[in-house]
Amino acid sequence: MNTPQADRWLPGKLVVLALAMFGFGFLLVPLYQVFCDITGIGQRTGVPTADVVVEQPSDRTVTVEFVATLNQYAPWEFRPAVQSMEVQLGKLYDTTYFAQNLTEQTLIGRAVPSVAPGTASKYFKKTECFCFTEQEFAGDEGRDMGLVFSVDPALPSHIDRLTLSYTFFADRTEVAQANSST
Amino acid sequence: MSEAATHNAHDDHHDHGPAKGLLRWVFTTNHKDIGTLYLIFSLIMLFVGGAMALVIRAELFEPGLQFVNPDFFNQMTTMHALIMIFGMIMPAFVGFANWMVPMMIGAPDMALPRLNNWSFWILPFAGTLLLSTLFMEGGAPASGWTLYPPLSLQTGNALPYAIFAIHLLGFSSIMGAINIIVTIMNMRAPTMSLLKMPLFVWTWLITAYLLIAVMPVLAGGVTMLLTDAFFGTSFFQAAGGGDPVLFQHIFWFFGHPEVYIIILPAFGIVSQIIPTFSRKPLFGHDSMVYATASIAFLSFIVWAHHMFTVGMPLAGQLFFMLSTMLIAVPTGVKVFNWTATMWKGSLSFETPMLFALAFLFLFTIGGFSGLMLAIVPADFQYHDSYFVVAHFHYVLVPGALFGAIGGAYYWLPKWTGYMYDETLGKWHFWLTTFFVNLTFFPQHFVGLAGMPRRIPDYAVQFADFNAISSVGAFGFGFSQLLFVYIIIKCVRGGQKATAQVWDGADGLEWTVPSPAPYHTFEEAPIVK
Repeated sequence: MNTPQADRWLPGKLVVLALAMFGFGFLLVPLYQVFCDITGIGQRTGVPTADVVVEQPSDRTVTVEFVATLNQYAPWEFRPAVQSMEVQLGKLYDTTYFAQNLTEQTLIGRAVPSVAPGTASKYFKKTECFCFTEQEFAGDEGRDMGLVFSVDPALPSHIDRLTLSYTFFADRTEVAQANSST
Repeated sequence: MSEAATHNAHDDHHDHGPAKGLLRWVFTTNHKDIGTLYLIFSLIMLFVGGAMALVIRAELFEPGLQFVNPDFFNQMTTMHALIMIFGMIMPAFVGFANWMVPMMIGAPDMALPRLNNWSFWILPFAGTLLLSTLFMEGGAPASGWTLYPPLSLQTGNALPYAIFAIHLLGFSSIMGAINIIVTIMNMRAPTMSLLKMPLFVWTWLITAYLLIAVMPVLAGGVTMLLTDAFFGTSFFQAAGGGDPVLFQHIFWFFGHPEVYIIILPAFGIVSQIIPTFSRKPLFGHDSMVYATASIAFLSFIVWAHHMFTVGMPLAGQLFFMLSTMLIAVPTGVKVFNWTATMWKGSLSFETPMLFALAFLFLFTIGGFSGLMLAIVPADFQYHDSYFVVAHFHYVLVPGALFGAIGGAYYWLPKWTGYMYDETLGKWHFWLTTFFVNLTFFPQHFVGLAGMPRRIPDYAVQFADFNAISSVGAFGFGFSQLLFVYIIIKCVRGGQKATAQVWDGADGLEWTVPSPAPYHTFEEAPIVK
């Protein structure tokens, strides 16, 4: 009954297409990373900026606000040393965040940064940041963690306020152990 | 609907009819049997998902918490969506495809009949698996059907069961889609060229390609959720360097084509019904095919309009806004073609035509509210409000579901050999249409006034419209019992249907007797 143009291999081809699309779903993960690296959006600000050239500081200033966030069950105290700073573009500044481990166990923490507005994140240069590495805390230990940054003078002129936000996470397996033993 | 088969005794086919006993339904490879199974399954799921909707509307009848706690409320919104989408509307249209596609193209059966049996019989198990999560420690998934992390990762024991259920449902859809494509491409009557195919067959061909392209992406996305939750990966865990927004991109890369997977077969059914009751050929048949293909292509490049508020660059917002609005062009072509088909036609208003006309009006309303949501600056106001709920229910209920109900009335005489009760059918139509508008139209107003979606309690100024909406929902739900009664009555007997059934009907399925014999088109027909 088959029509003359019947394609015996069509079911196989369609199965291959379905499998390829399953793979494509996973390919979206690296594609998304590349896309975010190019545009500077998303959470791709947790790496040192290689090309920090301290140019002549410009006269223009912007306000940088510091935000600290914890998810619901994170066993930490976490806050910025200052709420905001008036920052001259092109000049290096340093500040700190304070974190304390509220459990008895040693915990490894990790800060994930985010800059708002998202389009400004590629102009926000961090030369030193506690977010570049994992932070180990003994039980009850609290300390200040350093941050050195500058804002690129190329920042678009309509932006006069930047927010730097950190969310502080504990290594998940460690939290599970800490919760189960308390 | 087993009568469809038993009544063909008078038919002088040389070959055997269906096997006897209940096991016939388990082992069957007959496209008509499997189509019937799909349709019965989806009708049952309509009431399961509908009961959940009524729990939601009962709770929202007045402000404050009356019947259920907020967590159970969220489980209801999540499960209602998952059941209605994966358990009801998609299987319903696969059922129509099983019954009608071989008969419309002059093929004796589906191309891969054993695979067909398997595609169906996965469904009851997957559906049971999904529903069983309601009784698990921590309850069913309560994060919305979109399963956004990190919230969905806080689901209790239900998470892996829900994900496996989605895997199985997706597996079933993909196999069904492969079967439909192979049937259409390889088994057409030799004289039926591609552009001679009826529009229902065309819309299903395109839908099946969409299914194969995006269901595996969803499977990948939920697999990543699974490994994030249980195997220590960090695709979406910010703590490990992942990004929750990535899930939204993957989900909506699936999710937007999915909405066309749901609506395109309804477009196909309406494109069969309107010409029949206008007694004119479909206006612009070929342009309908091209419009459907354009909609399918565009559906792949508009996904981020579901997530304008995540903070994407201006260029991205503009691209997704404009490409979304572009979809209105091929959709407009279809709406105008349906209207032009009726122009100077010899119209009559039997129940299938009434549902098709209501589809035309009400789907267009849903399309227009979709255009409003596509406008980025406006979307920031409408996002996650009841306006969104009103929008997608208008395209899904008086859109896709009305297409399916209209199709059921249209082909019931062909399936059962009897005419359904026209008076009761009209009652069913008017009750359904009145209550569906009573349910969803006020939701536009509360949404624009700022009522957020997915909440069990709300500010008192929204009380009146919510009460109206709840009355509508109960009316709508109970009206569907009439639909079941009409179907049962029609299966049991009534006025005998002729082979052509409707005097304006045109197509191969109307050349075989009613009820359609167990085996049709063992010799390929000649298509004019």
